[in-house]
Amino acid sequence: MTAAEGLLTGLPNVWAQIPFMIGIMLGMAMVVSLVVGYMEHKVMAHQQARLGPMEAGGFHGWAQLVADGIKFVQKEDIIPRNADAKVFSMAPGIALVPALLIFLVIPLGPRVWALDLRSGLFYALAIGSIGAIGLLAGGWASANKFSLIGAIRGVAQLIAYELPLILAAAAVAVQAESLSLVEIVTAQAEFTIQGTTIGIPFIVPQLLGFGIFFTASLAELNRPPFDMPIADSELVFGFLTEYTGIKFAMFLLTEYAGMVAMSALMAVLYLGGWEIWPGLGLPGCEGVGGAMECGLGGTLLGVGVMMGKIMALSFVMVWLRVTYPRLREDQLQKFSWLVLIPLSLLNIAVVAIGKVVF
Amino acid sequence: MPAATGLGLLKGLGVTLKHMLRPAVTQQYPHERPDLAPRTRGVIALMDENCTVCMLCSRECPDWCIYIDSHKEQVPPKNEGGRARTRNVLDRFAIDFALCMYCGICVEVCPFDALFWSPEFEYSTYDIDELLHEKEKLREWMDTVPPPPPLDEGAVQPKEVTDAIDKAEKAREKALAATQAKAAPAEAPAGDGGGAAAAAAAPAPAAAKKEEIHVDDVQIDQETFDKLIAEGQSERMARAKAKAAYVRKEKARIRAEQEAAGGGDAAAESPAAEAPAEAAPEPKQAEVHVEAGEIDQETYDQLIAEGKSERIARSKAKAAYVRKKKAELQGGDDA
Repeated sequence: MTAAEGLLTGLPNVWAQIPFMIGIMLGMAMVVSLVVGYMEHKVMAHQQARLGPMEAGGFHGWAQLVADGIKFVQKEDIIPRNADAKVFSMAPGIALVPALLIFLVIPLGPRVWALDLRSGLFYALAIGSIGAIGLLAGGWASANKFSLIGAIRGVAQLIAYELPLILAAAAVAVQAESLSLVEIVTAQAEFTIQGTTIGIPFIVPQLLGFGIFFTASLAELNRPPFDMPIADSELVFGFLTEYTGIKFAMFLLTEYAGMVAMSALMAVLYLGGWEIWPGLGLPGCEGVGGAMECGLGGTLLGVGVMMGKIMALSFVMVWLRVTYPRLREDQLQKFSWLVLIPLSLLNIAVVAIGKVVF
Repeated sequence: MPAATGLGLLKGLGVTLKHMLRPAVTQQYPHERPDLAPRTRGVIALMDENCTVCMLCSRECPDWCIYIDSHKEQVPPKNEGGRARTRNVLDRFAIDFALCMYCGICVEVCPFDALFWSPEFEYSTYDIDELLHEKEKLREWMDTVPPPPPLDEGAVQPKEVTDAIDKAEKAREKALAATQAKAAPAEAPAGDGGGAAAAAAAPAPAAAKKEEIHVDDVQIDQETFDKLIAEGQSERMARAKAKAAYVRKEKARIRAEQEAAGGGDAAAESPAAEAPAEAAPEPKQAEVHVEAGEIDQETYDQLIAEGKSERIARSKAKAAYVRKKKAELQGGDDA
């Protein structure tokens, strides 16, 4: 079924593939996530008529997050006396590693992906949910009631918003007839306006689904306006209260890596992945969708387009964070169960009917 | 309702986007100077020559952060036979900015315009003791005091200015009357010789004294002051120069008046010079001049231009005047 082969398949064996995988994960987590983090600093600042970081690194504070990282490493690693030390120390890792593992299946450009799993979408959503265990572990092990409340809120939120997220993604899978992320990109290229080769990105037929997926992913990432597990004004940062230094930094990195991962997922599911417009192909490439044969320039262009889409979606996440105040906990639950889940069921029904009719 | 809610959400996004596209309001402080309001409460400056040690500021200070020490000095009588006066001399004036809460009550309460707000704010230190600014330091802040903001259109002139104008007006009338009075008796008893001379000699010193008084209560020449302020000079400079300008103008005016009444004066003085009996009061009259402490304008201007404080310039100019006058008198005696 898989028509396309990633660059990785050309490598001789699994031991040669592993460094490539780790490279993609770390590159996305350490570089793209920090760029998104820096963008959040600056966008948030300018939307609040401020300047944001201006000193670190010289030019508009570009090195602010690097400096922050160095600061976090230098800080004392405090473990509260009553905390469950082992769980407390493991929690940031449990949260961070799943966020990194998502990048394995995300196609970043024509033939640039680590794995093309046939159940890629399922894998991404499933492994993304594991992070909640790290959150719960951290909150529980802190031996702090605010942390515990935050952690429980986080898990309750995950349960509530995982459903609309999966239902919206399922609608995409129905339309693409595949769970493979690469094939979903191909499907958008092949889902053409009748009589032409111009594809339609899935955001057009599934605008509602995109809205649901976006909202639910914000909630899954504990991003404002759905940051009740952190809620600094009520829970003094919830499950993060007792964390300092590098462990705290790992939780922060998890958030940014999650933003990148979710943006990448949305770009693949709804925006046609690395193609500027699905079906039109990239300059320097032959073929469409997953079957593209690209030179170096075309590959880089494809990756650039994908990064642009990730940045644009991350920007919208920041924009929403700046604009809207935090919801109340009961409003959050109500919004999911009474609005998003019925809408996503409606969405999947409409998409299924459309798939059968057309 | 749901439609309206959705519209509100979009409006909110519009607001944040609009602000992102506008330039930020941040001022990058150490890199660029903040644009402070003219009446910013940065630091309190002291014009110590205006201070009379009345202690009002110190007593009104809610934090008790103003320290004043003074001693009394005897001032010799201005006129012979007068009573010696005592005067407070400021020894120490210090404001502890570690205690000060910048309420500005001291500035408000000062009746002699000795305390001013300056927008200067960069005087933080590593040592809290250094926040105790002594008299000299407070005097230095005076240079950073901005000119007072202009009055509103059609505003009533401040009382100080109207009072000064009234005073000058009255003094001028008085001087005019005196010169006319002097001229009248000189003409009337022209045939009497010595007797008339005695009568004329009496008002002459009085007139001279009047001139003294005019110049003594030094006022500010408003025109010069405004011009200098507009040129960006510090208030202190402008005030000193404006005072100097006032003194110059006043002198020129009186001299012109005397010259206008010159015929009478000459008639009055020529007989006095002839009479040997009148020779004795002549140097005494000169002495009165010297004691009245007129300022040598040339020296004064020069010293002010050199950046000396107004007080020093004035005292040195006085000394220079006395020296000159004495030299003149001696020269006259030799001749």
